[in-house]
Amino acid sequence: MQIAIASGKGGTGKTSLAVSLFLANRDRSRLLDCDVEEPNCHLFLATRFVSRTSVEKRIPLLNPDLCKHCGKCVEACQFNALAEAGKAGILVFEELCHSCGGCTFVCPTGALHETPLKMGAITRALVAGKAELITGALAIGHTETPSLIRAVKKTRPDPEVAFTLIDAPPGTACAFAAAVEHTDFVLLVAEETPFGLHDLKLAIKALQKMEIPFAVVLNRMRPGFSSVLEFCKEKNYPLWLQIPESRAIAETYARGGTLLDAMPELEESLRLLLDQCAEAILCNPRN
Amino acid sequence: MQPQELVIISGKGGTGKTSIAAAFADYFPNKVLADGDVDAADLFLVLQVTETQIAEFQSGHIAEIDPDKCRQCGKCAALCRFDAIVTSESGYQVDARACEGCKVCVNACPHHAIEWKEAFCGLWKESRTAQGTLFHASLYPGAENSGKLVSFLRDKARKKAMDEGIPLILVDGPPGIGCPVIASITGAARILVVTEPTPSGYHDLERVLALAKHFQIPTHILINKADLETSYLKKMEDCAAKSGATVIGQIPYSPLFSEAQQKGQSILKAFPTSPEAETLRTIATILKQKMDESEAEGQK
Ligand code: SF4
Ligand code: SF4
Ligand code: SF4
Ligand code: SF4
Repeated sequence: MQIAIASGKGGTGKTSLAVSLFLANRDRSRLLDCDVEEPNCHLFLATRFVSRTSVEKRIPLLNPDLCKHCGKCVEACQFNALAEAGKAGILVFEELCHSCGGCTFVCPTGALHETPLKMGAITRALVAGKAELITGALAIGHTETPSLIRAVKKTRPDPEVAFTLIDAPPGTACAFAAAVEHTDFVLLVAEETPFGLHDLKLAIKALQKMEIPFAVVLNRMRPGFSSVLEFCKEKNYPLWLQIPESRAIAETYARGGTLLDAMPELEESLRLLLDQCAEAILCNPRN
Repeated sequence: MQPQELVIISGKGGTGKTSIAAAFADYFPNKVLADGDVDAADLFLVLQVTETQIAEFQSGHIAEIDPDKCRQCGKCAALCRFDAIVTSESGYQVDARACEGCKVCVNACPHHAIEWKEAFCGLWKESRTAQGTLFHASLYPGAENSGKLVSFLRDKARKKAMDEGIPLILVDGPPGIGCPVIASITGAARILVVTEPTPSGYHDLERVLALAKHFQIPTHILINKADLETSYLKKMEDCAAKSGATVIGQIPYSPLFSEAQQKGQSILKAFPTSPEAETLRTIATILKQKMDESEAEGQK
């Protein structure tokens, strides 16, 4: 079962929850850090490095002797990754290239062929003996966030491991969509502020459009404020866990600790939370 | 006169970037505002906005197969690198969500059966606020291309500033280091990174500074919630020095930011006499000086 931990905006405590949920259930889950622009799960876990593989994209390489300066490749490229450069033939802006292969396909003289370029890496590490953490990290200056996320999600789990937890990137755009697509369930972490409520609504809209079931985890509850709580009640959205705003949690986090370090009593609730997800998935009429 | 553009980014989300942008919006007198965090566009929640213009934003194109013309040869599916062409009982179809808009299939289809349709990724808006004109957007859920939309909003803001002789553009940038962030900083005069003293804050700061250096933009760092863990200050200063950036100030962990947010105001408006507001005004003054200096230098 694939369960993504996501939030409409960053900084809601999503990673801290994902890591804590993973630790509390490490006997039966693995964690994929799909926040590939800012992969942070490993910072909160004592990991043992296992392996690292490069993720490549293909970019066109010009053979200037064969180029007839016809400009067909430049015209074909939809991403402004090619420009005509006089005698030198054409220029490739490799960071803008989406590896669609269009230029190589249209070139009438065979002056272009594709060559690999590293755009990120996937690291495999072990936590507490055998629980697996897979981290995707985008190389600086590259923009293929969704493709790298899909590559991380393609890594195979050990068949004995029941749950794949996914730390999704913040927001509701293409990166978020790539992380949550084809998952069975999403836990949406929201914070009790006006920004938090606004971004939660966007995330819910996105999930409803993709027809993925979800539940809300409410973070940073402050006495006297309950707009997110009331919103969930009114709409009948499942709210499965509530975590108070506390300077102690913030300080623990600053020292590299997780939610679970600050509130060890949460361990039981976090095991239950995953059971609840499993139950919802198995009872989903879609399955 | 060229307007100067100050972009506020954060690497990691939730460091208080938008709250700081809102405070600066109240501090600087004459500016145009752009919310480049199109994926979580929250700036408008703390400014009283009146929308004066609203339109769909065309992000690019997507392919669509005309079933009447398609002869089921499968060439498009074989060439599409994004698994966006799927087969069903009714034949070949484009999965609009997966289509990257590369046009390879359109050019390749031997029967000209694939249409090239405009794709829209969200709405862009121009709004009037007490703090100046705001350009912002709302992305359709799961939409692609927020980078293009960010560039578009910045262009709009720049044009407005040029037309009206406004000297400053203030951009609330997106989190991360990917395509929207790159689109929000290329060609900017100055970057302010709002970070926090946490392992993630520090880790992301390193990545974001590398990006700023890559594009050679003068960069300052503001440490929010600085008193949560003071051991980061030295590390962040070192990391800044390595990439030619400077730590410009620190703000303590404070509930006043969310309380101001709750009131729909910036901290400068909601709690003008608080020490937090005082510190932010000092930081803004220093930033202003730096920008004036580099402008004077540019004119020499
Ligand atoms: S592979 Fe596609 S995106 Fe890359 S340069 Fe060629 S046409 Fe452009
Ligand atoms: S399509 Fe081929 S021959 Fe034409 S300009 Fe491009 S590389 Fe040169
Ligand atoms: S290439 Fe054209 S004709 Fe062939 S399957 Fe695709 S759309 Fe149909
Ligand atoms: S435009 Fe490109 S991504 Fe879209 S369906 Fe055609 S080949 Fe695939």
